[in-house]
Amino acid sequence: MLLQVDGLRKTFGRRVAVDGIGFVLDVGEIVGFLGPNGAGKTTTMRMIAGYLEPDEGVAKIFNIDVTRERGRAQERIGYLPEGAPLYGEMTPWSFLRFVAEARGMTREAARHAVRRAAQDARLGDSIDRPIETLSKGYRRRVGFAAALLHDPMLLILDEPTDGLDPNQRHAVRDLIRKLGEERGLIISTHSLEEVEAVCTRAIVIDQGRIVADKTPQALIDEHGTLERAFTALTRGEERA
Amino acid sequence: MKKRPGLSSMLAIYRRELLSYLTTPTAYVFVAVFLFSIGLFTFQIPPSFFDARAADLSGFFGYHPWIFMVFLPAIAMRMWAEETRSGALELLLTLPAPTWSLVLGKYLAAWTVAAVALLMTIPLWITVNVLGSPDNAAIFTAYLASLLMAGAYIAIGSVMSALTPAQIVAFVLAVLVSFLVTVLGLPLVLDFFSGVIGGGLAEAIARFSILHHFDAAQRGVVEFRSVFYFASLIALCLGFTVLAVDARRGG
Repeated sequence: MLLQVDGLRKTFGRRVAVDGIGFVLDVGEIVGFLGPNGAGKTTTMRMIAGYLEPDEGVAKIFNIDVTRERGRAQERIGYLPEGAPLYGEMTPWSFLRFVAEARGMTREAARHAVRRAAQDARLGDSIDRPIETLSKGYRRRVGFAAALLHDPMLLILDEPTDGLDPNQRHAVRDLIRKLGEERGLIISTHSLEEVEAVCTRAIVIDQGRIVADKTPQALIDEHGTLERAFTALTRGEERA
Repeated sequence: MKKRPGLSSMLAIYRRELLSYLTTPTAYVFVAVFLFSIGLFTFQIPPSFFDARAADLSGFFGYHPWIFMVFLPAIAMRMWAEETRSGALELLLTLPAPTWSLVLGKYLAAWTVAAVALLMTIPLWITVNVLGSPDNAAIFTAYLASLLMAGAYIAIGSVMSALTPAQIVAFVLAVLVSFLVTVLGLPLVLDFFSGVIGGGLAEAIARFSILHHFDAAQRGVVEFRSVFYFASLIALCLGFTVLAVDARRGG
């Protein structure tokens, strides 16, 4: 089992952001997190990636507890944060070198890893231009490349196609499918079309809880379309 | 493929931070302002460097605590505040790097900028040698003490920067704390405290002041307790920075 999440709970002040989320993920699965804004998708991903500590519950990668052995667990995770925060004054090349070396790679290994990840994320010619001068879509791809650098077994991608044009989105989806053959992937997205196109499983989260955990096809069979499933399961409520 | 994880992360962070200081105008502006102010104080405030007619740099070193307490929080303020504001903290904290390596890497980069600023005052040392025969060993000791003191001010700035996402708030807090830690040893403050809490206790508090420990060192006297004081202050502040950064994981 690649990932085991059990009873994750996180509160911010009085607000319960995640309320007892649990699921398992195997190699070869691409799980799509679906849910309205503020449902707890990002908080759950942050806890699995070791950025936030859960109040309760555990997340284990190959049986390594993310909270107790954070460093070891994080060596096996590639994480693309929401909005892909990067250092604007750096070039994609120097940024990726920095991430690789901060992950403990030697200079030589870092150089190879950056070349491979840049190719996988299709960074192309702009790799030597300052990040702050690049388009939002390109910056996301740089973040994507940073998540792939160390060839992780688990990839957590928070809105990986946000800000991409249709061609880039298509390319990223192909890459996600390819990566998903030998790894486990969790992606969060607002695009139901994306879930249908790439995910082998959809986990619908509402108010910090899992309200459905099925294949996209099973959700479509049950509700007619994914959009109807989304509305019915999350009650279509607008949250502040 | 792997080096020692903490150490290599620290070096990667150090290089990145240093590059960031070099590629943005902030460090250049601050170093220029530092050199301008130290020059102004040394040469214009009586008794000025030339009026003193002594081949030493005691006047010059005497201004260091006062200039450092404003200049170094300005260098340190972005250290963590900017990472929090931009969201890059999420990137750093999801790397398999121990928090101490991130804190130390950033800290050493800022300290390097301070060291470069200090190095740029070397022409003054050369000038004193041209004009007379100063005690160069004493001046060298004073430079080392000044560097150590700069490390303490940056460490204070590091904690404050980790406490807030607003750089300006981090700056104001760091100047305030630095000021307090510095002036505890001034006779004026000492007299005030003596009246309130008694002479013995005030005397004890004064021993924790930066001025108290820098005073002997700037005259070229190396005291182990002063080195220990600065090293402890730096270690304490960096320890608090690690705690403050780790506290972010709690949300």
